[in-house]
Amino acid sequence: MSNIFNSMIEWIDKRFPLTSNWKAHLSEYYAPKNFNFWYFFGSLALLVLVNQLITGIFLTMNYKPDASQAFASVEYIMRDVDYGWLIRYMHSTGASMFFVVVYLHMFRGMLYGSYRKPRELLWLIGMCIFFVLMSLAFTGYILPWGQMSYWGAQVIVSMFGAIPVIGETLQQWLLGDFTLSDAALNRFFAYHVVTLPLVLLVLVFVHILALHETGSNNPDGIEIKENKNPSTGIPVDGIPFHPYYTVKDIVGVVVFLIVFCGIIFFAPEMGGYFLEYNNFIPANTLQTPDHIAPVWYFTPYYSMLRAVTVNFLGIDAKLWGVILMAGSVVIFCFLPWLDRSPVKSVRYKGPYFKIALTLFVISFFVLGWLGTKSPTPLYTLLAQIFTVIYFAFFVLMPWYSKIDKTKPEPKRLQE
Amino acid sequence: MKKITIVAILILCIVPFSVRAAESGMPLERALVDITDNASLQRGAESFVNFCLTCHGASYMRYNRHRDIGYTNEEILEKMVHTGQKVGDLMLSAMRRKEGEEWFGVAPPDLSVIARSRGADWLYTYLKAFYRDDTTGTGWNNLVFDRAAMPHVLYQLQGEQKLEVNGDQRSLILDKPGQMTAVEFDKFVGDLVNYMVYLGEPHAGVRKELGIKVILFLLGMLALSYFLKKEYWRDIH
Amino acid sequence: MMADSFSINEKMSDRRKFLIAATSVAGGVAGAAIATPFLLSMMPSERAKAAGAPVEVDISKLEPGMLLMVEWRGRVVWVLNRTPEMLETLEKVEDELADPNSEKNQQPEYAKNRTRSIKPEILVTEGVCTHLGCSPVFRKDIAPADLGPDWLGGFFCPCHGSKFDLAGRVYKHVPAPTNMVVPPHVYLSDSRLLIGSESEGSA
Repeated sequence: MSNIFNSMIEWIDKRFPLTSNWKAHLSEYYAPKNFNFWYFFGSLALLVLVNQLITGIFLTMNYKPDASQAFASVEYIMRDVDYGWLIRYMHSTGASMFFVVVYLHMFRGMLYGSYRKPRELLWLIGMCIFFVLMSLAFTGYILPWGQMSYWGAQVIVSMFGAIPVIGETLQQWLLGDFTLSDAALNRFFAYHVVTLPLVLLVLVFVHILALHETGSNNPDGIEIKENKNPSTGIPVDGIPFHPYYTVKDIVGVVVFLIVFCGIIFFAPEMGGYFLEYNNFIPANTLQTPDHIAPVWYFTPYYSMLRAVTVNFLGIDAKLWGVILMAGSVVIFCFLPWLDRSPVKSVRYKGPYFKIALTLFVISFFVLGWLGTKSPTPLYTLLAQIFTVIYFAFFVLMPWYSKIDKTKPEPKRLQE
Repeated sequence: MKKITIVAILILCIVPFSVRAAESGMPLERALVDITDNASLQRGAESFVNFCLTCHGASYMRYNRHRDIGYTNEEILEKMVHTGQKVGDLMLSAMRRKEGEEWFGVAPPDLSVIARSRGADWLYTYLKAFYRDDTTGTGWNNLVFDRAAMPHVLYQLQGEQKLEVNGDQRSLILDKPGQMTAVEFDKFVGDLVNYMVYLGEPHAGVRKELGIKVILFLLGMLALSYFLKKEYWRDIH
Repeated sequence: MMADSFSINEKMSDRRKFLIAATSVAGGVAGAAIATPFLLSMMPSERAKAAGAPVEVDISKLEPGMLLMVEWRGRVVWVLNRTPEMLETLEKVEDELADPNSEKNQQPEYAKNRTRSIKPEILVTEGVCTHLGCSPVFRKDIAPADLGPDWLGGFFCPCHGSKFDLAGRVYKHVPAPTNMVVPPHVYLSDSRLLIGSESEGSA
């Protein structure tokens, strides 16, 4: 039996580099042995990606990208298609969980300095994945053609109108109409199911290739490749990804699935955060809902969009809002060059960085919470304060990371 | 590091759990929802067909789906289908959209998923909060939905209420009694709202039943995978 | 080695072997369980089932010799009121038929007779050729040029030349292998026919 298996592998290896790839990326890919809780989210993001692709394919079998049929076709999936409700909830919950997992994955990078040299490009590819993910979430959210789909998209698309000179033409080009309509729904569907998933898959592939080139970072933020066993050439603090991290990631996957299924089966709306109540009303182009808010994963940026209320430097508040909102996401790309600390990991960084990171996390959550609320003068003031803190984390980083009192990095990984 | 994890989890837990906004600011009465109570759902279904379906549709829902709530096809035809439709048909409204717009100014909304957008408590309070108001077109007004286009369809059952304003306090008192006592009417509306919650998500019962099985299986899986991981990681430690 | 890390080799402890086997089995069960709803979602939906519900037909105005086409489950069903002359042909052509006694299971038990019907004169059959699904043409003309002098009326499939008699029975030496399908049907009254169901209750 094992003989047949071996000769089969041999047959393939002469024609396709199966064993060598298996070794390079799994059984002889040496990962630091001290991965902790935060290192589950990369493989979990892959799992959610697969979930979105498969459930997405099955949803397209019954969904109709037509303004007059879209809402009904979603309810058709929910009621008339066998287990359609399950597939739809897996997809809608997966969308939100994708962001949960990716945010935690990014936060891990910020904790342990995973964006630092030599992983700057890995971080940038990751940021591209994040941009594509946001576009996917945006185009996907339009598809049910409920009130929030419609008015949420209306707000986002109007932002393009803020761009000087070309704004209005650009907006019409994006929509294929003078207003958000069937034409836009149809093309956003095309982006959501073909263009963006293809780009995402390629980027994820490249992300993993880049990771396996530099090797994984770790909670100590030191390079395990600098300390190799002279006779084998294997990093002394490295262990083969397979089987050690595959069996560990399986545990992570099962724990994740328990949370994921808990939401799908017992709270698919997640209190209105994963499926908004107003999106159970079909899109009405003549009436905006009393309270509109984007889905939770966009609310921090949405808060910043609303936070600017004055014109300055000759640019009006609307455009500033758009600039700030775009900037709040793009600024992550500069982290590798903003961080001037001699050490990578938060474990050896000093109090300034820890305080700054804590303030950043708090401002991210507060901005996120504010984004779900209707604006009041107090809320707008809060949003302004926390927007400043949010940006200060990045802008002041070259300064505070340099003067911070760091601890010396160890030579070997700490248990 | 553990501390940061715990703090992160705590923050996630504190995030307020419902974002549904009560637009009028009226406190809503709690509706008792139990979608496993078939008797209540059947009473609600009959009321829904008799009172709501004349003007509103539930056009994503098929009649024969009501086998979920303990009816047979024959019972569905007898108790729910009054428009000569077939048992597999969608629950369309008897009134056409155009007519609705002419009569009420707006077409009565489809009610298939109304409980998911409005919530059970809102519906329950709304259906009980109509009062006489001669300044409106329909002669009725509503405490939770000011100048609702819908007239008080259930007034023969509830009776007529009128508004009493006492400073900031606005309350309703029964002016002319209807065919039902207040307790009977509460139960009637309760059943109707319970049915509308079912109508919003007919598979909710199946969903929860399946969910328990899935979670139990995953817990078993968790034990196995945990021991497998432990077994392998003995090599490292 | 790739093979080593996959297969359960002898150096492993029994405990490790057992855990790998148990986790793999549980994973396999989980995989199958996840696949099930996805595969089931591709079955006909409630809408398709409702559209495929039994169809009621009024045959009171169906004159002898007339063919009525009815749609059931997206397919054409023929209701043919046969004249006494047409019924006489059924016996005459039997030598040339592949399955004159309807031995193959292409009809409900109550239509397993020479006329393949409940009422002798009324034929109810799916108008679908059993070869590759074309819809045959009703040819009641006798001995036309293209079908030869022996043709006593029946159904002719223009796609691949299969021939059926006036009871939907297939001739020998044609591509179609079996008689045409008689769908389940029941008479609700003398003139009301229900196609797609055998009981009166499921209308």
